[in-house]
Amino acid sequence: MERRTLFPGRALPALLILPQLVLTAVFFLWPAAQAIWLSTRREDAFGTSTAFVGLENFADLFADPLYVAAAGRTALFCTAVTALAMGAALLLAVFADAEIRGRAFYRTMLIWPYAVAPAMAAVLWVLMFQPQIGLVGAWLNRVGIRWDYRLDGTEAMALVIGAAAWKQVSYNFIFFLAGLQAVPKTIIEAARIDGARGFHRFRTIVLPLLMPTVYFLLVVDVVYAAFDTFATVYALTQGGPGQSTQTLVLKVYLDGIVNADVGSSSAQSVVLMAGVILLSSLQFRFLGRKSAT
Amino acid sequence: MAGLTLQDLRKSFGGTEILKGVDLDLPDGEMLVIVGASGCGKSTLLRLVAGLETPTAGRILIDGRDVTGVDPSARDIAMVFQNYALYPHMSVFDNMAYGLKIRGLSRADIRAKVDEASALLGLDALLARKPRQLSGGQRQRVAMGRAIVRDPKLFLFDEPLSNLDAKLRVQMRGEIRRLQRRLGVTSLYVTHDQVEAMTLGDRLLVMHDGVPVQFATPMDVFERPADTYVAGFIGSPAMNLLPGILERDGSAVTVGGVTIPLAGRRFTGAGGHPVTVGIRPEHVVVDPAGAEWPVELVEPLGSETLVHAARPGGATLTVKLAGGGTDVGGMVPVLFPPEHLHVFDRNTGRRMEPANAA
Repeated sequence: MERRTLFPGRALPALLILPQLVLTAVFFLWPAAQAIWLSTRREDAFGTSTAFVGLENFADLFADPLYVAAAGRTALFCTAVTALAMGAALLLAVFADAEIRGRAFYRTMLIWPYAVAPAMAAVLWVLMFQPQIGLVGAWLNRVGIRWDYRLDGTEAMALVIGAAAWKQVSYNFIFFLAGLQAVPKTIIEAARIDGARGFHRFRTIVLPLLMPTVYFLLVVDVVYAAFDTFATVYALTQGGPGQSTQTLVLKVYLDGIVNADVGSSSAQSVVLMAGVILLSSLQFRFLGRKSAT
Repeated sequence: MAGLTLQDLRKSFGGTEILKGVDLDLPDGEMLVIVGASGCGKSTLLRLVAGLETPTAGRILIDGRDVTGVDPSARDIAMVFQNYALYPHMSVFDNMAYGLKIRGLSRADIRAKVDEASALLGLDALLARKPRQLSGGQRQRVAMGRAIVRDPKLFLFDEPLSNLDAKLRVQMRGEIRRLQRRLGVTSLYVTHDQVEAMTLGDRLLVMHDGVPVQFATPMDVFERPADTYVAGFIGSPAMNLLPGILERDGSAVTVGGVTIPLAGRRFTGAGGHPVTVGIRPEHVVVDPAGAEWPVELVEPLGSETLVHAARPGGATLTVKLAGGGTDVGGMVPVLFPPEHLHVFDRNTGRRMEPANAA
């Protein structure tokens, strides 16, 4: 059902959407325009003057092996975070959907990580996995498994994937739980009487009915992993050791702010922006198609 | 052999007892209709037989086999749900084939069984469609087909017609009856609709507050209701129930100020015993010699006319007259033919049988 409120005249509606428009203009349109502008310019070594260079920054970018490596690393990171966050959330949602004692408490606890600020999440993971003082990290070294994510790139990657996925499990959990609860009970009962048990019933009946939720979360999680994990990763490893956890968003920041190569950094953010627009339009097209049927 | 046996079946949710002990023996191949108002426990009873709920006490035997603790998948039953519960992501064919695939039948066998059932139900042209592309009646048929292909020991129907419009309901009612007769599978059918109950069942089980109040053939239930609840529930419009007094040696009743000799029937019970006298609206006779009742409302239904009358004391009476447009004045004089009177004990509500019954 659609609810509409009609306002008389033009002044009131304009006034009501003004705050949103101003926020969008100041925090999105203006910086985006600035990024596009800067991506076509190059600063001299002393930062005193800039010159128009056309698409040269972009050409340099795609020719740069470090950038290509970061893109590949980001793809791996996104895939792993999405798979882990969705898999864990689905498993937990299936358990939480069952008739168990203390279900409300269990569900509430599972939603908490979503409320934890990214930097705080990183601190929690440091406290767990730091090789000397972390609960798990110190224990690993004590039992003879050498573990130091500050030195080993693979371990660092595993750590940031774990932390980023953990942050997203709650969000996925909420949607999966809602999706599971939207599956009509009688359909499950019909399947029970038809003889379907356990995992087979889940795979042939529940999962197909859950696919719209799966597609939605797939897009949301990829966007999250690609663009929204900066704080978690930066607070954990600053992209290191070396470049082993440097994803594309980190590279934008490190190249632009730390290394002061504003032209290249802007070109990178324009590429990312194109990525976000592409994913969002995919999502809108998919959701639009769903609601049309 | 008994198709279905229930022994002292009980079910409580929390501290509330929903089913208070049901005993039942349904002969093989018969259709039992469980009827009762909302909340009488009829759906719970069906779900217990299906295995979707676990009984608090008692036993369930299907075809002589104790299935009380057995998983629904192993009970060899099929169920038709009120909302059909079709698998929305599967075609009509796959909906029907699902249970057979799980049982490991060969592709050819599945094909043959589904084809047979769909021919029986007129679904041949719809096998490739998804449930959302079907009308209510077609979905209902698919749900039936899914039950039939399984070739089960027992069919369970949970108010399968209540989501259909009136015309389709009458049509599907006939189809269900024909199918069940033809397949000869023992069936349990839950409904709150007494017309469905009367037309579908070989036997009726009338439930009231978790207690089975009468288990008999539909005509038996109609002609000899076991208590005032059944008397008021089965039959439309409902049976008139009026307070009365047993007279003399039990061979007459006084009702509405008129003493009626019971034409040879004699009830055990002292004179003055309070009773409830029942008479169906179609059995009340309008006769100038009868007692007068003030008319409250006249409902012409075309082929018949319902006259509702009420006396100041609160007693109400419905009279069904043949024909439409019957002219009824402010008072209607009525006679109660003694052979159509039902007598119930007013204290217990139970039907009273004449001591000299033939």
